[in-house]
Amino acid sequence: MNHPADTGVASKNPTGIGASLLRKEDMRFLMGRGNYVADIKRPDMTAGIFVRSPHAHARIVSIDKQAALAMPGVVDVLTGEDLKTDGVGGLPCAWPVVGKGGAPTKEPAHPAIAQGKVRYVGDAVAFVIAETVAQARDAAEAVVVEYDVLPAVVGVLDALKPGATAVFDDIPDNVCVDWEIGDRHATDAAFKKAAHVARISLVNNRLVGNPMEPRAAIGEYDRSRGQHTLYTTSQFPHIVKLLMGNFVLNIPQHKLRVVSPDVGGGFGVKQFHYAEEAVVTWAAMRLGRPVKWVCDRSEGFISDAHGRDHVTEAEMALDEHGKFLGLRVSTIANMGGYLSTFGPNIPTNLYGPLLAGVYTTPAIYCEVKAVFTNTVPVDAYRGAGRPEATFVLERLVDVAAIEMGIDKAEIRRRNMIPKDGYPFQTPVMMEYDSGDPGGCLDKALINADWKGFPARKAASAAKGRLRGIGLCTYIEACGLAPSRIAIRLGVRGGLFESAAVRVHPTGQVTVLMGTHNHGQGHETTFAQIISERLGIPANNVEIVFGDTDKVQFGLGTYGSRSLAVGGSALVKAADKVIAKGRKIAAHMLEAADADIEFADGVFTVAGTDRQKTFAEIALSAHFPVDYPLEILEPGLEEQAFYDPVNFTFPCGAHIAEVEIDPDTGVVELLSYVAVDDIGTVINPMIVEGQIVGGIVQGLGQALYEDCVYDPESGQLLSGSFMDYCMPRADHIAPISIETHITKCTHNPLGVKGCGELGTIGSPATVINAVVDALAHLGVNHVDMPASPNRVWRIIAEAGGASRTA
Amino acid sequence: MLIRFVLNGKPVSVDVEAFDLLADVVREKFGLTGTHVGCDTSQCGACVVHVDGRSIKSCSTLAVTLEGAKVTTIEGLAGPGGQLHPMQQAFHDQHGLQCGFCTPGMVMSAVDFASRHPNPTHADVCTGIEGNFCRCTGYQNIVKSVMAGAAAMQTAQKG
Amino acid sequence: MQTFEYLRPSSVSEAGATLAKMSDARPLAGGMTLIPAMKLRLIAPTALVDLGSLPELNGIKSDSKSITIGAMTTHADVAASADVRRMIPALADLAGGIGDAQVRNKGTLGGAIANNDPSACYPAAVLGLGATVTTSRRTIAGDAFFTGMFETALEPGEIVTAVTFPVPLAATYEKFRSPASRYALVGVFLARLASGVRVAVTGAGTCVFRAAAIEAVLAEKFSSEAVAGLRYSPEGLNSDMHGDAQYRAQLVGVLAKRAVAKLTANGGKA
Repeated sequence: MNHPADTGVASKNPTGIGASLLRKEDMRFLMGRGNYVADIKRPDMTAGIFVRSPHAHARIVSIDKQAALAMPGVVDVLTGEDLKTDGVGGLPCAWPVVGKGGAPTKEPAHPAIAQGKVRYVGDAVAFVIAETVAQARDAAEAVVVEYDVLPAVVGVLDALKPGATAVFDDIPDNVCVDWEIGDRHATDAAFKKAAHVARISLVNNRLVGNPMEPRAAIGEYDRSRGQHTLYTTSQFPHIVKLLMGNFVLNIPQHKLRVVSPDVGGGFGVKQFHYAEEAVVTWAAMRLGRPVKWVCDRSEGFISDAHGRDHVTEAEMALDEHGKFLGLRVSTIANMGGYLSTFGPNIPTNLYGPLLAGVYTTPAIYCEVKAVFTNTVPVDAYRGAGRPEATFVLERLVDVAAIEMGIDKAEIRRRNMIPKDGYPFQTPVMMEYDSGDPGGCLDKALINADWKGFPARKAASAAKGRLRGIGLCTYIEACGLAPSRIAIRLGVRGGLFESAAVRVHPTGQVTVLMGTHNHGQGHETTFAQIISERLGIPANNVEIVFGDTDKVQFGLGTYGSRSLAVGGSALVKAADKVIAKGRKIAAHMLEAADADIEFADGVFTVAGTDRQKTFAEIALSAHFPVDYPLEILEPGLEEQAFYDPVNFTFPCGAHIAEVEIDPDTGVVELLSYVAVDDIGTVINPMIVEGQIVGGIVQGLGQALYEDCVYDPESGQLLSGSFMDYCMPRADHIAPISIETHITKCTHNPLGVKGCGELGTIGSPATVINAVVDALAHLGVNHVDMPASPNRVWRIIAEAGGASRTA
Repeated sequence: MLIRFVLNGKPVSVDVEAFDLLADVVREKFGLTGTHVGCDTSQCGACVVHVDGRSIKSCSTLAVTLEGAKVTTIEGLAGPGGQLHPMQQAFHDQHGLQCGFCTPGMVMSAVDFASRHPNPTHADVCTGIEGNFCRCTGYQNIVKSVMAGAAAMQTAQKG
Repeated sequence: MQTFEYLRPSSVSEAGATLAKMSDARPLAGGMTLIPAMKLRLIAPTALVDLGSLPELNGIKSDSKSITIGAMTTHADVAASADVRRMIPALADLAGGIGDAQVRNKGTLGGAIANNDPSACYPAAVLGLGATVTTSRRTIAGDAFFTGMFETALEPGEIVTAVTFPVPLAATYEKFRSPASRYALVGVFLARLASGVRVAVTGAGTCVFRAAAIEAVLAEKFSSEAVAGLRYSPEGLNSDMHGDAQYRAQLVGVLAKRAVAKLTANGGKA
């Protein structure tokens, strides 16, 4: 296979760092033996179904459970009032942010089942538990809810209009937080001396993440031990345990186990503490029987947190040479009907600080109003804030280039942080440690044959097609996150990671990770790190994750953090094992600790041929003969916690070519080239898979996916795969991936992360190509998705439609 | 009502309700949880199994209609000794899966497709698996897998 | 899904009698529309009458002038039929483009036309070719079969048993797929028959219809030039999140032109 060549390392170990090792986790999935939550059966298990609000905004007048309770097989029907009676708390927001002038984020109560009011179509109003799913479903239809329907507010611009319906009575202006970053005065000054100002108004379309596995949860309670267990489709079981146990259900942490087994894709959608998790855990305790809930796809559309949904005005000040002087951005972001776990953090801390991009823009000011609406809560979705920032910036750069008549690659080069300019302090908080976006750009231009584009455009024109080429250079902050920074930015907790290396007496290794593998290939990548570090084959390493009873603590997987933060913790833990192994070897070989060298799995007394293999050391640790117990304990297991000192900053350059059929407005992706600087590459095959997958998800946002609400009623119009267009195999074009490595300077592997860069780079790249194809019509922006109808209308209104109308 | 059919090569009989879907029956009554349910509008293909040698969406098929049918799920694809079917092997070799949730349905669709299109083009494959969604891979490696799997199935048949 | 009675009749007449007797019963063909609708509780019939066990409803027969396809013949079988491919390739193409491979392995001709989804493909072929629908009681001209959105001329208890498609001089089906659902956002079936030109449009309106304006132009002169200046009126066409009426009108025009271009390029043999 053709994998990115540059890994940044030269390892001799065939299962070590840099090897395209086939994935260890594949077999169970290929044979249908994965273990997803929906596959789990517990003894005496019941089935739960949620009754959800059909209205976007309504007062709950009454709920009559009697008819439902009388139906066959029904065990119980629970409502928000029952939650209240049992003293169950609301769902917490884990990352409120600090607004202008120190104003706090408004955090209205978020009950797990609605109390008094429903605030979006899909808000849970009752939970019906029966012996079977079919019985619960039948009974759910018999729950009689009387609503007093209220006017709904759906779009963010409507939510800010004077006199708009208030989603929360005590927040009359619907503003959750009004946030800013950067230097307003310096930015104003930059605009005063500008030779040219480029402007853009754009919408970042709302998306539904749609991991292929719908969410599911099983609550279980063992009365004899007072022990609760929650099986859930989560990217971070330990955080669910902490948030749910501590803030919602008041369960002591030592009495709560959360298990996230195989999880069928996350993309951020599964990194929140959801109401359903608390409800099944609480219901199981009430009943003394396990309670299982499995989400339908249609239900997922109205209960999974959504992503994006920004409306933005942005302008860039340039001097006469096209040098960026200042950037001003004003964004309104949708929070939905309640705050999801990380809701307010996404359009603020993960957005504003990325607006510098790869450029030296000296003055930047960004303000963001996060507003409540009667829609599903909005939170992180793959990329989370960074795709939105990249889209604003890279669209604006293209607009400036077009208006000033500067080549789009050239304007980027003129403003790019030079290779020797790192570390680079941006005017919006971030200090980039390393990167070479210019090197990525050079390679991408070659790989995409940028120079040959005019000939290809002419060939398309001869067929009556409009061809466009789009470029985007990006940088992202990932490896979430240095606790010292994140805590200042409002997060209620740390963002370190943990790893434990458990060495068995025979020298095989079990690794316990606080991160969670739901498709990223961790069971292979982390095994390769251990293989490299300890000099044992990757097949002798098992990676354990997703069970709070097995793994002591962890912050989970999101924000491209698993390798940069978790992998660093793993290296630290492995190094502790080596350090102890050295002591054991010194004892066994009757040498001083300092004289023991470790390489390729062998401990050697320096300058001699006296040595012990890793397996011999492991055996000795478990059969300790004459150990000096005051300085050397038996056993060989080490845990480490790693808190990064900075974010990591993957960067790169992407180029797309598209062809538009002017008769139908259909945009066809023809080719996609990505050159990315992601630091050291552990497994090139897995990296390629992550990047391609992300690019296609971003392609989905650019061309196909759109979460559409009726602006009056608040009904979700794109509520199934019949209307929400997921990318399919026949939508894709050849995607070429190359890596161009500079190493991260502040973590032990030099890694940066690759999970999100695809969704960060590709929407801007593809839309820049679409706009390029239409530039001759005077078009300077196309909103996403660039659907056939939308593109055709733009062409028709610009007078460029063929005479076929 | 009692129905009898052949499941992964073994004759079985099972008592089902009229409304029981094949996907639920293989998962709940036979514990064959490799068949997944990813949507409720017959689009995503996570539930694809073979009925009488044809790939179908088991989430939209009533179990009662299968009296006498031959049903194969992902669990029935590998050889008796556990050796992977050439298509399963190709997905492994080409990194054609990530989270694994779409994989069983994708593989079952691919096997049916390749059996009818022994020498497919890239475009044939893209169209052939249009009824299966994958959210992780971006399909590029899945298409490679199906091409490689189709070739391997040819070789296996000749051998 | 709510509970219902599952019935497996031994003959078409028994099926018809059962359906006539039980007003809330529904015939079950491929189930590709019916089962998802029942799962989502959009409909809850009291009984399903399974037509799958009636071999007389399955199969493809042809003579020199027409092809008769049994109502329970799957889209996959129609697409793969050598006779259909040879005699009415447009019909094979149409069947091979419905939904996806798995939908085609289950979905049937009879189910598709009896359901008469406004964006289904088969109604365009039935209307475009001027086919004849045979039911358990009578034959119905294709022109009279589709009466409105999800409505047909079928009476309670009447079951489609087969459709007879006349072999045209040439025909083609041009479909603009909804990128999400794969139904026709607009589909245009163009046929040249001895009796004249027929143009049937699906997806654009509340029910499949014949585009009389386009037929008139083509009757005068069957050529790309004849339709070059065509502007189809958006009046009465559907608007939804995937396409407004103007866009659908545009697609009707574009697809009609492409259909004409294809037939004229092939020397009228397609």
